[in-house]
Amino acid sequence: MKSLLAMLAVTTALTIPGIASASQVTFTTTMRDYGGPGAYLAYYVTDASGKYAGSLWMAGGKAKYYQHLSGWTRATAGNTAEINGITGASVGAGRSLSITLDLADTLFDAGYQLHIDSAVEDMRDAPNEIVVPLTADGVGKPVSGTRYIADFTYAR
Amino acid sequence: MIRSFHRWFGLIAAVLLITVALSGIVLSIFPAAEALTRPASQAISVAELAARVQSAEPTVEQIRRSPSGRITAYYFEGDQPASAVIDPATGKPAGSADTSPLQRWMTNFHRSLMLDDTGRLITAVGAAAMLVLSISGLFLLARRAGGWRFFFKPTRGTGKGKLHAVVSRLALPGLLLSSLTALWMTATTFGFLPEGASAPVFPAQVSGQTGVVLSAVPTLETIPMDELRSLSFPAAGDVTDVFTLKTTSGEGYLDQGTGALLGWTDAGWIDSVSHLATMLHTGQGMAWLGLLLGLSALGVPVLGWSGLSVWLAGRRSGKATSVPAGNADTILLVASEGGTTNGFAATLQTALSAQGLRVHVGSMSGFNPTLWPKATRIILLAATYGDGAAPASASGFLRDFKASVAKPGLSLAVLGFGDRSFPAFCGFAAEIARTADENGWSQLLPFDTVDRQSPQDFARWGRNLAQTLGLDFELNHRPVAQKTSQFALISRRDYGADVQALTTILRFALPKTSLWQRLTGQGLPHFEAGDLIGVVPQGSDLSRLYSLASGSRDGFIEICVRKQAGGLCSGQLTALEPGDTMTAFVRPNPAFRPLRGRKPVILIGAGTGIGPLAGFARANQAKQPMHLYFGARHPASDALYAEELSGWKEDGRLASVSMAYSRTATPAYVQDIVRKDAARLGKLIAAGGQVLVCGGREMAAGVAAALADGLAPQGMTLATLKAESRYAEDVY
Repeated sequence: MKSLLAMLAVTTALTIPGIASASQVTFTTTMRDYGGPGAYLAYYVTDASGKYAGSLWMAGGKAKYYQHLSGWTRATAGNTAEINGITGASVGAGRSLSITLDLADTLFDAGYQLHIDSAVEDMRDAPNEIVVPLTADGVGKPVSGTRYIADFTYAR
Repeated sequence: MIRSFHRWFGLIAAVLLITVALSGIVLSIFPAAEALTRPASQAISVAELAARVQSAEPTVEQIRRSPSGRITAYYFEGDQPASAVIDPATGKPAGSADTSPLQRWMTNFHRSLMLDDTGRLITAVGAAAMLVLSISGLFLLARRAGGWRFFFKPTRGTGKGKLHAVVSRLALPGLLLSSLTALWMTATTFGFLPEGASAPVFPAQVSGQTGVVLSAVPTLETIPMDELRSLSFPAAGDVTDVFTLKTTSGEGYLDQGTGALLGWTDAGWIDSVSHLATMLHTGQGMAWLGLLLGLSALGVPVLGWSGLSVWLAGRRSGKATSVPAGNADTILLVASEGGTTNGFAATLQTALSAQGLRVHVGSMSGFNPTLWPKATRIILLAATYGDGAAPASASGFLRDFKASVAKPGLSLAVLGFGDRSFPAFCGFAAEIARTADENGWSQLLPFDTVDRQSPQDFARWGRNLAQTLGLDFELNHRPVAQKTSQFALISRRDYGADVQALTTILRFALPKTSLWQRLTGQGLPHFEAGDLIGVVPQGSDLSRLYSLASGSRDGFIEICVRKQAGGLCSGQLTALEPGDTMTAFVRPNPAFRPLRGRKPVILIGAGTGIGPLAGFARANQAKQPMHLYFGARHPASDALYAEELSGWKEDGRLASVSMAYSRTATPAYVQDIVRKDAARLGKLIAAGGQVLVCGGREMAAGVAAALADGLAPQGMTLATLKAESRYAEDVY
């Protein structure tokens, strides 16, 4: 569990007015049985105008493969400083990944969208496989991916 | 030093390397299989290719070209993401793009042993070990060959040691390439290499238009299809997105409305090298290389097994326990390369200890007379490696020995172990003997040599030693327990019985072997004329080696034996009558046989030395030009094979026969007729000819001197001929 509140404030221009309250949010991503090695997944947030706001998680440790997460690479210009300290292992086919983060409450119902780019070696790249608005209503509602991700859910 | 390094590295890494090599062999087949099924390439531009694919599959997201040249497109079928191999001629899907589960599993196993990053590091250590083994092996091969100049000459030696050398020479280039590229690939995977050129900055400004006609985009038109790596299409409905183009020379962005180039960076050299390394390692795009690397990898288990066998065989010959150095009267120092000389030392130690001597056995590198206050004699047993170099276990000995002063009351004997087929036979031992002489050491016994672990040579030297020491012992050395067979005599042809010099040609039947024995390798091994047969006489454990005058194909064993006065073995053999049997084993001697081809072969021999030479002629169905020089006593007494020789000369198996008789009115030895014919022989040798000499030591020395004189005007020496395997002796 990592504290993302400070992270977002420091690494992006995102500023939170006043002392915002934060709460724990759990992202659960279940992979399909796509028949291949572990998938790389990049989790990042854009604001209401579609501008990159910050990275939340990177599943997959080898920087040379990040170019295949083209949405994230476009948003960050491939800057690995964006994911310092929030990098984990890639996620195998059929497995699921749960990440629990402290997220500022102000990120919800304010037009912020969560993006997940995915990529698997020798298979197609799937930038923006998941794009989901962060809202109070969306909590607990699974969203299906198009290629590698069977479903994605966030819970507060 | 290099040798023990090579050995220990090999032993430790063997299992890992064999595992990785076996999976590599399986993987090497896939690129070749893919090359057979891949749609043919087209001489078109990326613009044309992209337009064709887009018209066939309008939802295309990305087109990739693999290093092997296979084009894959990623698109949608309805809502479902799909991918397929594309036929560039039509742009249409032409087969599945999925990697087979077997290939995926093998790839994963080969690079990480299914252990992820830990496994990647383990296999990288394996690659490093392979590299170290390849390089140290390269030096050992050169040493074995007698120097770098002779590296590509035919490999000498026998058994597993030869197998190891032959296979490693074939597999070395592939293994070097595989291990080097593997290390580079690991370095890129873990980001150990400096960052290559980074991607260009994503364009902030785009035209805002969409739907450019791909076939008319100038940038794409200038790039041939074969330089493409990937072309990603803009995301549907995102006007700010662009085409992303990656080629062998760099990467950039194209506007999706105008096709304008919006940014470009050239590929750095590291990227290019990484790409090349991947291609070389996987054989993608070079299927033949992949197969070649697979074949080289096949050598790894063979090398592991033969290397281990050589090492174990060396160890089995054993180390003798010995008296502490301070108490010993006899110091026995050994310099052994493969470990076989240790076995001889053990035999010697046992014999001397049984006579009440207090023997200390040690390695030659521990030479230090001040530690041996009670010693009266030093015996040095010195093997030679390759070009006359000291074995690893005697490193530094010669330097220490040269600096030493002779100690009064301490005498010294040097016995060299080597193989006459190598250029500098017993070179190391000879140098020790020379140094001992120069430094004024008193001589216990004259310098002597043992050729190819010959028990006879060793026993002969042992008799001299026993005589000098005033003791009575026999050195019965059995290098390895030989599996013997019984051979029944078919016929004998006697010569010279009337002049009290009985010489006979004995022909034996091959022992009958069942199919099962042959399949399990228990039968008589394949042999050729020039190989050796070790005869074990009744009443002795010591075998005597004779040169074979026949090969397996002849269907019999034939040897020439001269009855020696008081000779145990020759006495028994020359007394055999048809139906009687002898006990013997066959030992290969591949250094002594004609090189295949059309080059002339000069056969020189005297007395019973005619045996293998006659065998070569008999087997010469191909009519390779063979010239025989043969010395005997008198045409009436010991003209061995006289009938056959004239027949073979007639049917072309022998190109010429020259005889020398030493007990006629005009006596001549074979070296005399060789000297007389020096000009002709020089020409034959200059034409690539090979010389094979068989017979007594003195005869061989005389022939060598005569030949050397004849060769000098041609600018050739026996040493260079020997190094090229074009001069070989079989002497006794």
